[in-house]
Amino acid sequence: MSYALTPFEAEVIERHDETPDLFSLQLRLTDATRQAQYRFVPGQFNMLYLPGMGEVPISIVSDPEDRHVINHTIRKVGSVTDNLGKLQVGDRLGLRGPYGRGWPIDAAEGTDLVVVTGGLGCAPSVSFIEYALRRQSRYGHIHIIQGVKHAHDFIWRERYELWRTYPDVDVWLTADTGDTLWPGKVGPVTQFFDQLSIAPQRTSVIMCGPEGMMNAVVRDMRQRNVPDTQIWLSMERNMHCAIGSCGRCQLGAKFVCRDGPVFNFAELAPYWGHKGV
Amino acid sequence: MYISRFLPRERFDDLIEALRAAGYPIVGPQVHDQAIVFDALNHAAQLPIGIVDEQSPGRYRLHASDTNRYFDWTTGPQALKPMTFVPRETLWRSVRQPDGQLEFSAEHADMPQTAVIGIRACDLAALAIQDRHFMHGPQSDPYYVQRRERLFLVAVNCMRSSDTCFCAATGDGPKVHTGQDLSLSELDEGFILEAHTGQAREILASLSIGPADDEQLDRAETGIKQAADNQRRSLPAGPLQEKLVGAVDHPHWQTLNDRCLTCGNCTAVCPTCFCQSHVEEISLNGQETRHDRQWESCFNPDHSYIHGIVIRAERPQRYRQWLTHKFGTWEEQFGRGGCTGCGRCIAWCPVGIDVTEELAAVCSPPTLTADSGGSPS
Repeated sequence: MSYALTPFEAEVIERHDETPDLFSLQLRLTDATRQAQYRFVPGQFNMLYLPGMGEVPISIVSDPEDRHVINHTIRKVGSVTDNLGKLQVGDRLGLRGPYGRGWPIDAAEGTDLVVVTGGLGCAPSVSFIEYALRRQSRYGHIHIIQGVKHAHDFIWRERYELWRTYPDVDVWLTADTGDTLWPGKVGPVTQFFDQLSIAPQRTSVIMCGPEGMMNAVVRDMRQRNVPDTQIWLSMERNMHCAIGSCGRCQLGAKFVCRDGPVFNFAELAPYWGHKGV
Repeated sequence: MYISRFLPRERFDDLIEALRAAGYPIVGPQVHDQAIVFDALNHAAQLPIGIVDEQSPGRYRLHASDTNRYFDWTTGPQALKPMTFVPRETLWRSVRQPDGQLEFSAEHADMPQTAVIGIRACDLAALAIQDRHFMHGPQSDPYYVQRRERLFLVAVNCMRSSDTCFCAATGDGPKVHTGQDLSLSELDEGFILEAHTGQAREILASLSIGPADDEQLDRAETGIKQAADNQRRSLPAGPLQEKLVGAVDHPHWQTLNDRCLTCGNCTAVCPTCFCQSHVEEISLNGQETRHDRQWESCFNPDHSYIHGIVIRAERPQRYRQWLTHKFGTWEEQFGRGGCTGCGRCIAWCPVGIDVTEELAAVCSPPTLTADSGGSPS
């Protein structure tokens, strides 16, 4: 099969509930050869399929060198993801992928990383953080900035605490609305940037989250003279085919599924900041 | 130079017979439900003899003319698109076994080789564009390719233009110049045929007909030139991508809010629109599913839906997306604009919105009036 539209069978190996509406699935393709041949780059995504429900694009969070499982962290936002959340260990589903262009793991080599995440369990950026932490000699300082709406939205606290213990890694947390036990700040993610001593030519900005937050980060980083080609964003659009055929994910001249989902800002600049584009 | 042969009008059935003898079922234009559509064709008498079309914004009518020509109409609502990128087809199926395992099987397109008579220059240009999308992209679409490779195309040079035609402005017509196997120019007394492929030459040879004379060739060229000269719609000077992307905040878009019904007719009749949605059909016992794709329109709110958000929620945003893509960002994607000047979107728009007028407006500096100065809400 040269045409990557028919799913392959996958099996749920493990599942975890992260929050009431966020869960993680460890999957394995049931065809052992296909699983062994499966390769991806952080930031790429799979189409996960439930019979009779349909397909959804979900980014991959596992490490690309783990040949045994393919991990996804999924938020329940509709009928397919709600039902993916009901899967139990041993259940079967469809999987095709990986698709798209992932994070600039090579282009960002030798630079400091500013990873900015807005919202809950932003899987695409987590995949890059984990990737870079396992290969720290290839990257400079890693700044991890997580913004959430409410303090109680914050998940994976242990993971952030662990990241904080790495050398040359700092972690910054902020919420729009805090509470008494909130360990971070209150306010926008951009409030930390003055403290990061950013060297613009040696910095790669990696972000995913709501477009409003990404817009604020882009504006700030451009003011700090970080080149547009070093500001990277993971975009979301409606996708049905994942191979640039169905036309639904278009963002200007770009097919988000095929040309992205990761773009540098220079590629998006002509279309950026306009409602309904 | 291709050798031009002359087929007398009364022998048109010989051409149909020669195509059939070469193994092709034949599809050709016929009048159904007061429109010209493509359907199985067995003999020349089924053709729209002496029928002309009257098209204008929001209007399509057929009339009897005082000629006996077969191809004096310009376009019907269909182009080749329904034959190659079909309105709905199954891509794959899944079956859940009693033990819970899932089996997937790919579906395969299976169209017999088919000869299509009566295709126009605009539609061949549109086919070339869809070829780029479905055949020559990073992933070749086997469903499209299977059908596309089985087409034998008998194209017609237009001697008439409808009011809505503007193929001369896009550079795609009215003379056929790409993708045809056989081309045909119609004169009162018969047809000038030109073969452009080896198989077409064989079919032409089997007809045992003589060459067209210079006077006939001149008359055909004059007719084609007149068809071009009669077109009055034009496009802003290109390239248009930068102009249209730069016009994203033009106040004119907002005027579409009071005119465009977002019905999607323009995208359904457009010979280059390729958007699709994938839909599931499930058996009553829930164990078998069929995964289909079908034509989809960017005028549908669902087209841009992501988890609770419709990105293009406003009508003017959806019209802007269509027009900006078709005439602008298409250039970066496919090396040319996505319009071949067939004019269908103008005729089949129920409220008569004219793309050429909308383009002219958004490619001009805004004129600030009380009506047009509002910003999109």
